[in-house]
Amino acid sequence: MSAGYRASATLPLRVELIRQLRRRRTIIAFLLIVALPLIVVAAVKFGPSAEPSNGGGRRFGGGSLDLVGLATSGAWNFTVTMIFFASGFLLLIIVALFCGDTVANEASWSTLRYLLAAPVPRRRLLRQKLIIGLVLSLVAIVALVVLSYVIGLIAFGSGALASPAGGVFTDSQALFRVAIISGFVFVSLLFAAGIAFLMSVWTDVPLGAVGTAVVIVIVSNILDAISALGSIREWLPTHYANAWLGALATDIDWTSMARGAAYSIVAFALCVGYAVYRFDRKDIVS
Amino acid sequence: MLRRRSRLTAAAVSGALVAAIALAPTGSASTSEGAEIPGGPTSSSDAAPVRLDTAIFLPDQTPAPAVLLAHGFGGSKESLSDQAQQLADRGYVVLTYSARGFGRSSGQISVNSPDFEVADASALIDYLGTRAEVVQDAPGDPRVGVAGGSYGGALSLLLGGTDQRVDAIAADITWNDLQSSLFGQSILGNPVALGAFKKLWTGWFFSVGLLDPVNGVTECGRFSPDWCAAYIDATAYGRVSPASQQLMRASSPVSVTGQITAPTFLSAGEADSLFPIAQANATAEQIRAAHPQTPVKMVWQGGGHDGGIDESDRIQGLMADWFDTYLAGGASSNTSFEVTLGGGAISTEDSSANPVVLQASAYPGINGSSRQEVALAGPPQRVLSPSGGTPAAITVLPGLGGSLGSLIAMPLPGQSAMFESKPLDAPLTIIGATAASLRLSSTVPVDDVVLFASLRVVSESGRESFPQGLVAPIRLDRLGTEPLDITINLPAIVTTANAGDRLRLVVSTTDSAYRLPERPALYDIALAAPALAVPLVDMVQVRSGAAAYWWLLGTLPIIALIVALLAWKRPRLAGDGQRPDLDAIPLAIEGLGKIYKGGYRAVDDVSFTVPQGVVLGLLGPNGAGKTTTMRMMMGLIKPTEGELFVFGQRVGPGSPVLARVGALVEGAGFLPHLSGRENLDLYWRAAGRGDEESYLDEVLEIADLGTAIDRKVRAYSQGMRQRLGIAQAMLGKPDLLVLDEPTNGLDPPQIRAMRDVLHEYVEGGRTVIISSHMLSEVEQTCTDVVVMHRGRLVATGTVADLLSGRTGQRLEDVFLEIVGSDLTVGQS
Repeated sequence: MSAGYRASATLPLRVELIRQLRRRRTIIAFLLIVALPLIVVAAVKFGPSAEPSNGGGRRFGGGSLDLVGLATSGAWNFTVTMIFFASGFLLLIIVALFCGDTVANEASWSTLRYLLAAPVPRRRLLRQKLIIGLVLSLVAIVALVVLSYVIGLIAFGSGALASPAGGVFTDSQALFRVAIISGFVFVSLLFAAGIAFLMSVWTDVPLGAVGTAVVIVIVSNILDAISALGSIREWLPTHYANAWLGALATDIDWTSMARGAAYSIVAFALCVGYAVYRFDRKDIVS
Repeated sequence: MLRRRSRLTAAAVSGALVAAIALAPTGSASTSEGAEIPGGPTSSSDAAPVRLDTAIFLPDQTPAPAVLLAHGFGGSKESLSDQAQQLADRGYVVLTYSARGFGRSSGQISVNSPDFEVADASALIDYLGTRAEVVQDAPGDPRVGVAGGSYGGALSLLLGGTDQRVDAIAADITWNDLQSSLFGQSILGNPVALGAFKKLWTGWFFSVGLLDPVNGVTECGRFSPDWCAAYIDATAYGRVSPASQQLMRASSPVSVTGQITAPTFLSAGEADSLFPIAQANATAEQIRAAHPQTPVKMVWQGGGHDGGIDESDRIQGLMADWFDTYLAGGASSNTSFEVTLGGGAISTEDSSANPVVLQASAYPGINGSSRQEVALAGPPQRVLSPSGGTPAAITVLPGLGGSLGSLIAMPLPGQSAMFESKPLDAPLTIIGATAASLRLSSTVPVDDVVLFASLRVVSESGRESFPQGLVAPIRLDRLGTEPLDITINLPAIVTTANAGDRLRLVVSTTDSAYRLPERPALYDIALAAPALAVPLVDMVQVRSGAAAYWWLLGTLPIIALIVALLAWKRPRLAGDGQRPDLDAIPLAIEGLGKIYKGGYRAVDDVSFTVPQGVVLGLLGPNGAGKTTTMRMMMGLIKPTEGELFVFGQRVGPGSPVLARVGALVEGAGFLPHLSGRENLDLYWRAAGRGDEESYLDEVLEIADLGTAIDRKVRAYSQGMRQRLGIAQAMLGKPDLLVLDEPTNGLDPPQIRAMRDVLHEYVEGGRTVIISSHMLSEVEQTCTDVVVMHRGRLVATGTVADLLSGRTGQRLEDVFLEIVGSDLTVGQS
């Protein structure tokens, strides 16, 4: 046996990061994150409805709370609104991409068999890839938050974070709240990440893995919108996607966030667990 | 009271269903039975007792304390079944009954008259004193609590104040004083004038008692003549005779609160314009004044006669807790003050606002534990009290439920005066009744002046919120041209104002729910004091934070289980996977077989050994199983039979010995967005070994890609990829090199160069296995061959052995002979 080989030294995170970081899809994903706040600023500043509305302001996003109406009140509110916009679809796609394409793409490039024959132990390969997928997802969320804040600061100036439920937060409070929101959004996206990762191990078609995760989340959202299903919906992992609004209450409402996070974490653990079980036994024929 | 809204009923029914389902398997089957029990006298002229239709619910274990449940106006004993069942399941003997004039009970409605309805309830306590299932404190003195909402709540308080056998009281959304409830007056300091008449509520209230299944449509329905006359007096003529006042006084808890010594649970509705919070507040303060040691708990719940937030389950639970403490000697209930703050949290369902419950250690009263002055400004304003009292602002529609304050916030033109504060510096939570001082005058002296004051919160964007649509009615018998200063209490509310919001005091002349003067008038309204006195209470949110931790903690065992299952299900090679006897053998295959899912047998019972220092050719037509065998050598495919050993180590997924194997199978694989050099560099770093072992420069020389090595692999030709693939397989100079069709895409000079490279490679004792279909190439390159066909090994040996005795024949001829004969065998 080769003297220099150590299983624990295979596929270091740095190497996997370099492998993923320079890919076009990674670059495009981050460009979209830069683009979103810029587009929204442009729409608000130069859009047809740029003239001041009469007092109340329009309402977006359903419900009785005007989150988006507050978007232009300052950098913090703009940031929260961007998270609201992005968490529904853009971040979902990006997280599904980072976690769903990671193994399947190696298969489609034919590099998977060489990594496994190097040999990178199978579980280690999944672990390293999942860590990098999640790190990139987290970086995407943080980048969105930081960019939104900076762009919001330039476009709308600073200003306390105003909650749609009432209440105003100072900068340090706002930072804390936004950190909670970002963290929860990340955790709630673990559900999609888990499905994408499982599908990534299952199929050799990268877009199939990403697409399946996105479709499942969208189907879950559609089911959640059917009020006739009643309390059954409480068990849908995506039911709590907006639970981070609880972080905007005067006293943070943790319950919904905790429940949403718990579902997401459990779904993620089940998916990843099954992915590992499956990958352990899979014949690599790609 | 008036019937509860169907939504409440539905909630109660579903709650009871859940409870029934939850309890059914435990065998806890409390039973109920109906009975007709004589009550108090039928009327002042007829001493015969009324017949009360009752139902008694028995718990599993008796004797037990009893609870007497009284229903709301328009209800009957049936409307209490769910609550009674739940209390019985909790261990109480529960007696429900239809009050006289309701359901199947006889008699006429006397609105909780002490001589009639209260006497009925006392008779029911007598009855409980005869039941063996009920714990008796003394002969004829059962351990009993009494509970009810609205009409039943007043009965509870009146009974508790008159019958000393009552051991605990629970009263929800009810009156303290019927007159001040129906004739609202918010002027502080003993106003002489009768309040403004709540004509809509009173009419609705009365109409519920008109339904008389026996006599059909009548003027008085099931009301007693006294009450019918008092009603007509008030509604038709706007009068309240001394007799009416006496009737209302007698039927009001205020007449007996001085005698209440039983622990009393009070809840008031924040959404209640009929019996506002001030009513329950008065009851609490009267009990406290007379008997300070009497335990009193006050809850301001989110519901009420106007609808609001349905908290019936929570209130019933708190009532049951109260009885547990004072009837069953259970864990002690606290006497903390609880309020519901609508919109304190944000719903994740539809991003609407959710209520939260706030708590303070003691009830401070309606004026709060402290007051904050909020400066108010606005010029004197002239307002019109319109002729005929129309159009009138609409804030509530009795019977429909739901205050309309949030819908109809637009004040009617010319009917309102407004005074506003500056934007608030800090958030403010108002809990109680805000006081304001007004200076009123009329352009000409007029009689019967009615005004309505309300407090609103205006956000920075100009949106006005009107808490529960509650207004404070003000009535003066007379107003002249000389300014009159009055101080009023605005409605008790629970609401938050944010920093930047403004408070707005609105004084208007109309409200459709009240009797209004018919003649027009013009009033001048100004502030007598430029400030509001806002009540504050230090309260903390009752946190369900524990639940949040439990949800997160709940994930841990699931994750632990998954991790444990994975550890348990980790694929392991049978035995220790060591064969010391094969330590020097680069590759030994024993009885190898592979059946794919679906039953296709790709490799069948293949055994051969590759000696050290040779270039071995693996030959066979398409579908012979060469690639499958090579993939099994790399640990990519799991054999279904047999074993492979590389240098004495068994090969499975990720076997460490694979570090001694370099491979190119079914074409090269690279990251297209990186250069050839970066690919090799990253591959070697992914292999987890030091740079000094890589021989990167030598290998790059073999690949012979020139400057193309720094171009992206995406742009490479087939041959360039192939050479880079061979180079990657050779990285680190593995002891065993496995190359699948290495000459694919190479031109003849490159093939020749490759041949030299391989010969040189094995010179140091390394071994190479190549598969190829170019037999002439194999003949020139290889020293040994293994021939496979249809998954089976058909020949093995050195090239020289195979060609021996076949002068003039090439390997190709031998191969075709072997494969051909096998084909023949296979076909026969």
